[in-house]
Amino acid sequence: MPNPADTAWLLVATALVLLMTPALGFFYGGMVRAKNALNTLMMSFAALGFVGLAWALFGYSIAFGPSPLAHAFLRDVALDAKGTIPHLLFFGYQGTFAIITAALISGAIVERMRFGPYVAFITIWSLAVYAPVAKWVWGGGWLGRLGALDFAGGTVVHVNAAAAAVVCALVVGSRKDYARQAILPQNVPFTLLGAGLLWLGWFGFNAGSALGANAIAALAFVNTMLAPTATLVVWTMLDLMRTKKATAIGAATGIVVGLVAITPAAGFVGPMSAIAIGAIAAVPSYYALLYRARTRLDDSLDVVAAHGVGGCVGALLTGVFASQTWSGLETATGSLKQLGVQAVAVLATIAYSAAVTFVILKLVALASRLRSDVREEGLGMDFTQHGEEAYSRGEGAVLLLDRRGEQ
Amino acid sequence: MKLVVAVIRSERLPDVLEELFKANIAGLTISRVHGHGGETERVETYRGTTVKMELTEKVRLDIGVSDHFVETTVQAILAGARTGDVGDGKIFVLPVERVVRIRTGEEDRAAVTPVGVPPD
Repeated sequence: MPNPADTAWLLVATALVLLMTPALGFFYGGMVRAKNALNTLMMSFAALGFVGLAWALFGYSIAFGPSPLAHAFLRDVALDAKGTIPHLLFFGYQGTFAIITAALISGAIVERMRFGPYVAFITIWSLAVYAPVAKWVWGGGWLGRLGALDFAGGTVVHVNAAAAAVVCALVVGSRKDYARQAILPQNVPFTLLGAGLLWLGWFGFNAGSALGANAIAALAFVNTMLAPTATLVVWTMLDLMRTKKATAIGAATGIVVGLVAITPAAGFVGPMSAIAIGAIAAVPSYYALLYRARTRLDDSLDVVAAHGVGGCVGALLTGVFASQTWSGLETATGSLKQLGVQAVAVLATIAYSAAVTFVILKLVALASRLRSDVREEGLGMDFTQHGEEAYSRGEGAVLLLDRRGEQ
Repeated sequence: MKLVVAVIRSERLPDVLEELFKANIAGLTISRVHGHGGETERVETYRGTTVKMELTEKVRLDIGVSDHFVETTVQAILAGARTGDVGDGKIFVLPVERVVRIRTGEEDRAAVTPVGVPPD
């Protein structure tokens, strides 16, 4: 019998994590130019549909089934208990993770990748990369058996998405204006709104990963509150030291980096360690971001600096700060050996994700060109991909009547 | 003196500015305008309502220059704004009766010559 309290918390947590994907859309959508705002938001929203459906049909089965097709089309996923919650709810909760992981990649290819190939890519990616990596760590796979600690997906979600993002940025190529013209964010308040909603949703992401309404959920919850506070403070200090101005986009980025870094550690470390992880994580991501902008790598919205670097730092520090006193698990103790296991998990994920991402992109490119041509890119992706504009004033718009309707 | 008025594609503005600055044309005003110039129609759909956008967003540049600078200005705009497709815009060159620089009260040619450049 599923436990009612645990079920209640996971119902809420699932809804919170689902909200993170639209939130990510706003976080990303604020940072692109106005002519690409809708397309950037749609890259996240599309994941809700395509990746969510792929997860129901095949993804869950690949990641958590006793055999890859055992739970395909939700076969045998019913209301019986899995742990202490209904199996169907466990499926839904995990699905929200698959969705946001795929959507995270979009930050590397905004403003140029065509929508159709993008949707095909993330759908295949969620089955061929996300699901197997989730199995390795959480579905009884080899990294889990090796003892890799990943409480809520620092490696499975963030490092995984960031490795794919680098390959996407390299294969799809830079925006035509990248490093030639100033590309400014169209709506910084959207980015702050997105960061705020991501933080809210992240309570479901991390505290929900306790899979029950229990003390570990409370630990993960408070750690999720504390780590970004430290990252935000350190990030602001770095901003002040460098330019004498505390930037708003910097604050939004700092919050996300702190959330990413605490994700793998959330249920394994004490609150002071969470603060340390958040504070430490700010530094490498801050400088990675500054360095990236001077390179040819057009990882447009810095998926690598925020999720890749933040995710790696979090995963490694989990191996340092994990505490049996807090986690109650003998296996979750910081040590040199644990640090090594964490590094193996990170490296294996990067290697697998990068290689398979490359193959998927090349396969999709056989069917359809991946990016817009120069003219379409100039006009903007909103009009060329969606036939809409984010900020249409309607001046000079003439209503076209449906000819068939007239007759 | 002449006033060069150009209506160009908004997405070509950065290129046009780059060309103008390269040609040492430093004083200009831009405005966002909507216009119709015979470009292929642009159809958008919002919840089943299909509309044809008759007006396209354009950028208008107003540049006051002395006579011998007109050709340089026109060539710079052409270099930056031309894509070869319908809808690249127009350049108009208008006579100007009088120009006054507000800060100094300088008039005409001295007023359209950037600070630091001796009016020849």
